[in-house]
Amino acid sequence: MVRGGHSIWSEGTFQVPHSSFVPIIGPNGSGKSTLLLVLLGLLDLHAGTVEVLGSTPTRGNARVGYVPQNYNATGGEAMRARDLVSLGITGAKWGLGRLDVGQRKRIDDALASVGAIDYAKARMSELSGGQAQRVSIAQALVGEPDLLLLDEPLANLDVRNQSEVVRLLDRLRVENDISSLIVVHDLNPVLAAMTGAIYLLDGHAHFASAEDVVSEDLLTHLYGTEIRVVRTPQGDLFARSA
Amino acid sequence: MIPLEVAFQPDWFEVLQAPFMRNAIIGGTVVAVAAGVIGYFVIVRGSAFAAHALAHIGFPGATGAALLGLPVTVGLLAFTIAGAFAIGALGKRSADREVATGTVLAFATALGVLFASLATSGTTSVTNVLFGNLLAIAPDQLVLFAIFTGVLLFALGAIYRPLLFASVDPDVAEAKGVPVKVLGIAFMLLLALVITMAVQVVGVLLLFALVITPAATGLIITARPAAVIAISISIAVLSVWVGLAVSALVNLPPSFFIVTVSTALWAGARIVAHNRSSPPPHRHVATEHQFDTATSN
Repeated sequence: MVRGGHSIWSEGTFQVPHSSFVPIIGPNGSGKSTLLLVLLGLLDLHAGTVEVLGSTPTRGNARVGYVPQNYNATGGEAMRARDLVSLGITGAKWGLGRLDVGQRKRIDDALASVGAIDYAKARMSELSGGQAQRVSIAQALVGEPDLLLLDEPLANLDVRNQSEVVRLLDRLRVENDISSLIVVHDLNPVLAAMTGAIYLLDGHAHFASAEDVVSEDLLTHLYGTEIRVVRTPQGDLFARSA
Repeated sequence: MIPLEVAFQPDWFEVLQAPFMRNAIIGGTVVAVAAGVIGYFVIVRGSAFAAHALAHIGFPGATGAALLGLPVTVGLLAFTIAGAFAIGALGKRSADREVATGTVLAFATALGVLFASLATSGTTSVTNVLFGNLLAIAPDQLVLFAIFTGVLLFALGAIYRPLLFASVDPDVAEAKGVPVKVLGIAFMLLLALVITMAVQVVGVLLLFALVITPAATGLIITARPAAVIAISISIAVLSVWVGLAVSALVNLPPSFFIVTVSTALWAGARIVAHNRSSPPPHRHVATEHQFDTATSN
């Protein structure tokens, strides 16, 4: 993958299985967000091929839901949470039109599935970071995707909101077969839920199963600082720098 | 008689029925509808400064047209459309854009003053461009205004939802196949049409009050997009009508009164909204969250 004349990563050959919860990890600037843009069809690979859900990535693929890094707050005052979610259905349609009963129900269902029904009528500018993140996920879900691509959805969230978003994505995978590829900085919030991980290391992209990723050697190499993986008395995994 | 005196005009009812006043009412109403609609998108896109700048960029267009003996609308349209392309091309990095837009704004204003100084007609036309003169609207301008507003309403109707999507959520809209950049330029061109008209109603310096303030007032009252647009149009039209009526009553130009109605409604809405609002409950929940996690760590 070449961007701005620089090779960001190369030689990534892997397949992510159906019904996965896969964090994309790697140091800053390793090309995590770039990988998402390739999967969205917004950037072309310099060399090689990539398939998303069995076909070449194209803009406007209804089977792929995208949750970008930061909700652009420009129009936050002018948008209710509901309105933002409705754009997930009608935002790419030309002309005027009213939402039909079925579309309204899909919007309600999407808001309910992320636990955002209570503030559906609040303006986006009134919501906390965690609430806005849920609405953003609801907007991606309302298009009924098979795959969610999320760019650092856990950044700027407190620990409780982080684990709630992870639980939500885990539930979507288990109950609705919706896969998630999620760019993260910190592996800890997703350790329990992930089924594998894509890691960008030394300019190459790799995929490994969950057990293989949680290795001290790999994580140490990946972050360039000594990492220890410990198991808490409750049986939870926890990675920390030594 | 002291020239400053504001006097009640006894024949105000006849003035309201005069042909120039009829033109002003029709022209003002058409422009108010256009301004009320586009204002919502200006605020959603965070383009208030661009709108302000575009009006100033139109200033040399208007004075230049006067210098060359061309219709003011032609000069305004040429300059605001060129300005729309320039601002649209500056793209998304807002820090860059503000400085560049401000610099062009200052240069355009200077150019406008130069053209005005070169023209022989003097200060009347400059005052008209800066502060508007709705009472000078001619019948052929009415036709043009009606066409512009028709084009605006048709185009905004066609691009309404993708434009909204591209405005509030450009990254997702791009991924969903919405032509975000093209829509941005199309929007600036439509804004240029509205500004070309609005400058002739309230002038370069007062344009904000007709193009942005009514939509801002609508947004204080509600966040439902269709309702905001309806309120915005109503306020803009009401401002023009009341402004013209008061102008006839006291025999003074209407711009001041139009802006006063628009500003008063905005200020009133703010005061009412401020008195009504109690601290939103979720803020407390958020603080509790942070407290919980802080203690559990």
